Amino acid sequence: MASLKDLQNRIKSVKNTQKITKAMQMVAAAKLRKAQEFAVKSRPYSDRIAAVIANLSASMAGSEGAPKLLVGTGSDNVQLLVVATSDRGLCGGFNTNIVRKAREEITALQAAGKTVKLFCIGKKGHDQLTRLYGELIVEYVSLKEHKTLNATIAAELGGKITSMFDAGEFDVCKLLFSKFENVMTQTPTIKTMIPALVDTSEGEVAGPDLGGAAYEYEPDEEGILKVLLPRNINTQIFSALLENSAGEMGSKMTAMDNATRSAGDMIDKLTLTFNRTRQAQITSDLIEIISGAEAL
Amino acid sequence: MADKLQFSLVSPEAELFSGLVDQVDVPGTEGDFGVLPDHAPFMAAIRTGAITVFNDGVETKYMIQGGFADVMPSGLTILAEQCTPLSDLSAEALAEDITKAEQALAAAEGDDSLDAAQHLDGLKLVQGTL
Repeated sequence: MASLKDLQNRIKSVKNTQKITKAMQMVAAAKLRKAQEFAVKSRPYSDRIAAVIANLSASMAGSEGAPKLLVGTGSDNVQLLVVATSDRGLCGGFNTNIVRKAREEITALQAAGKTVKLFCIGKKGHDQLTRLYGELIVEYVSLKEHKTLNATIAAELGGKITSMFDAGEFDVCKLLFSKFENVMTQTPTIKTMIPALVDTSEGEVAGPDLGGAAYEYEPDEEGILKVLLPRNINTQIFSALLENSAGEMGSKMTAMDNATRSAGDMIDKLTLTFNRTRQAQITSDLIEIISGAEAL
Repeated sequence: MADKLQFSLVSPEAELFSGLVDQVDVPGTEGDFGVLPDHAPFMAAIRTGAITVFNDGVETKYMIQGGFADVMPSGLTILAEQCTPLSDLSAEALAEDITKAEQALAAAEGDDSLDAAQHLDGLKLVQGTL
């Protein structure tokens, strides 16, 4: 049986932990609101750019000179997986879920005889993947030194990927991130970035109604696509990073909420034990005094 | 509404403007162009410069650095790479950008130097309107 002093110390330490988790939960809640706002704000841009590309690719798809970024290299032997995770831990299963999804994808691709290369964004995913697939990682970028996410960071990452593609280092590029559904659920998602040819089977991105008029381009379609496609990659990375940061905060908030509650439960239990022990001690003290008095 | 143009200006970070206007002047890579309601479907790349939005006799200017203008029967959408309302733009920041652009121009070769020169010209034009 632990002594009263020991119990007191434990209660105190759990209380301190609870204070920390509570503070972290509140910080995450505040950051979540901001991250969500950013994610919502960036949506019109990515929606529009997707619509424009769908529109352009419909007219370019059949032609010979279509850019490789749009139609791919014609093979899918070397696949680059861009795994976006967070830089900080203590956010529940957030990173583990993304890594698990990545692992499934890697196993499936390797079973199909493809070569897999990994591009890690974020420290946590990198740490977990290094253990299993250290030799597959070709790039690793941590976003730790950037306080806020902005389009410039995404453009840098996108530039790296595009130049790797131009150098013929891979044929297909897939982006792995966590889609922010709501505070409780984040779904790890895989999105194919290169080739950018929009899957028309979804049916959502039907061409715009032009009222019978022909679309004009200035400069020509190819000139526009040449600039637009790399930008589309940047945009997709940017929105993935924003979704990730919202998801990370949501996940952290839930995790810290749980931790705070568990700490509360633990304090209750320890306080009960503390009081019981104290009463037992008083009782035994009394019995000693009374039996001492009776003996006289 | 045949006499108003649905115009939206979006950058990766935010939607800067969305609403009905009379006319929008856009600096295209092949030359400036104005968009009025019922413009023919049209898509153009944008160079660095100022977008002017005309509405009810009021002119609003935005500084834009790269992007696309997409004119559709439903209206005009500008996908800007970087965009700031001219009223929020500080002369110092712009001067800094110009110095950077000059350095980039000095370092650039071939086709890049053309782009760099165009970028610098656009920045200087905007500086002139401030």
